[in-house]
Amino acid sequence: MSLTAPARRRGAERAAWLLILPFCLLFLAFTAWPVVQSLFMSLTDTRNRDLRTPFAVEFAGLGNYVQAFADPLFRTAAANTAYFVLVGVPLTLAIALVAAVVLDKGISRFRAFFRLGFYTPVITSIVAVAVVWRFLLQDEFGLINTVLGWVGITGPNWLGDPDWSMPALILMAAWRNFGTAMIIFLAGLQAVPASLHEAASIDGAGAVTRFRYITLPLLRPTLLFVSVTTAIGYLQFFEEPYVMTNGGPLNSTISASMYTYRQFGFGNYGYASAMSYLIFVVIAIVTALQFRLLRERG
Amino acid sequence: MTGHRTQNRWWIYVPLTVALIAVISPFVWMVLGSFKGEGEILANPPTWLPESASLDNYTQLFSRLRFGTYFLNSAIVAVLVTAGNLLFCSMVGYALAKLEFRGKRALFVVVMATLMIPGVVTFVPLYVLVVNAGLANSLPALILPFLVTPFGVFLMRQFMVGLPTELIDAGRVDGASEVRIFARIILPLCGPALATLGILTFLGSWNNFLWPLVVAQQESEYTLPVALALYSTGQNSIQYGLLLAGATIVVLPVLLVFLVFQRRFIEGIATTGIK
Repeated sequence: MSLTAPARRRGAERAAWLLILPFCLLFLAFTAWPVVQSLFMSLTDTRNRDLRTPFAVEFAGLGNYVQAFADPLFRTAAANTAYFVLVGVPLTLAIALVAAVVLDKGISRFRAFFRLGFYTPVITSIVAVAVVWRFLLQDEFGLINTVLGWVGITGPNWLGDPDWSMPALILMAAWRNFGTAMIIFLAGLQAVPASLHEAASIDGAGAVTRFRYITLPLLRPTLLFVSVTTAIGYLQFFEEPYVMTNGGPLNSTISASMYTYRQFGFGNYGYASAMSYLIFVVIAIVTALQFRLLRERG
Repeated sequence: MTGHRTQNRWWIYVPLTVALIAVISPFVWMVLGSFKGEGEILANPPTWLPESASLDNYTQLFSRLRFGTYFLNSAIVAVLVTAGNLLFCSMVGYALAKLEFRGKRALFVVVMATLMIPGVVTFVPLYVLVVNAGLANSLPALILPFLVTPFGVFLMRQFMVGLPTELIDAGRVDGASEVRIFARIILPLCGPALATLGILTFLGSWNNFLWPLVVAQQESEYTLPVALALYSTGQNSIQYGLLLAGATIVVLPVLLVFLVFQRRFIEGIATTGIK
């Protein structure tokens, strides 16, 4: 015997609430509440001595934000983060795109094998990778400078020279992360109809022209998605300087996340919260930009 | 025809192979180095194969540095976080994909809006919360905040939207309860999505660093990345062999998981990318 329609609808509604209940509780406690609390804290002078009484604190208005913008070390950290993102994202995407195009069109055998190899660094812990790269980047007996020596290049003292420390971290980030972008590009490339390429080649278009006028325009939504997700990840970079340089030399690699963590370690919770909100705002702007750009095309 | 297209391209394998060697060699050097003695790791020029391979670094790692405890912590946290995500994310995903209820739209908006909230935004108040709840320095503090993720909900919802609604109607006609329909009809069909979510969550948890670093302040609660990072940046004199062995211990298990499930995994990444 089946139930009447309204009774069934009520049953479905009850079931739905039952299904979403654990999510709602966990989400409220561990995401929604901290996001709100973080904003509240950023407007107060909360310090570690207020840990047990997080509401018995002085209201500081925008003081923490003003302090952040005036803090030379935060400005350095913000500039370093911008450097990491603005150089690192294009470099990572360029390597990924070249790898994806070559794997898609250039070869017919061992494609899965190369894809697997190039993707491997992505799954590994940044901490472990950073520990290993600290060796590889060593000045005199590091593997990278040894290999550069084979072709007659005297490599820099990567992690000891303030001009080369950030390029070294960017190089490592590109190495670790291009695999994700490559996989997504490959999926995007496979969605480009082969008939378009064939038609263009009959009309005499070369490989470069076809890439420029067929592949690239069709790949634009994918490119946009990947650049935004990569940028969001890079905006938070933390493990690399934490393990490899401790922010040095001469603060050349301290990142916004790392400086936030350092202030938290000093017990300046209000100040740290203000800085994490600033990072959040930048990420939100980048995300909003993505939705906007995607909608314009869709 | 493919033969024709790639006829003169054999040389492409040369730069590809060089690139592959460049990408993989840090891992090879790491694993080989973990069997070397101190002197050889710092040798100039660097060596590849260990002159006298030994397991010394590994025995020290587990006897002197308690890496056994850290390994266990990492494994417990990763397994429970993965189990939680598989269960809770598919529950919410199903409700959002196939059921009608008040607040559904709002819930979906919330999930989408919080997809990108990074850990660096919430870690300070989360730390205050955890301390006041008496959970500091405990494994639940490492697990509870990650039991369900908006990303997982989104992934499961996207997959379930594509399942035929007729199956659910058929279940209802047969008199099955809504929860039973979810558990017995829908969930068994979600294998591919659950596999993707499971692997992604496991790797994310295993490699997670900022939050465990913040909240685990006693050695007994360290996870592997935290222990490795603190040892590598510590004040005490560092043994390089232990660092390489430690890095190998962190990387190798996920590498094995990855190699076993790689096809599913890579397909999962590709589909989350193009949606």
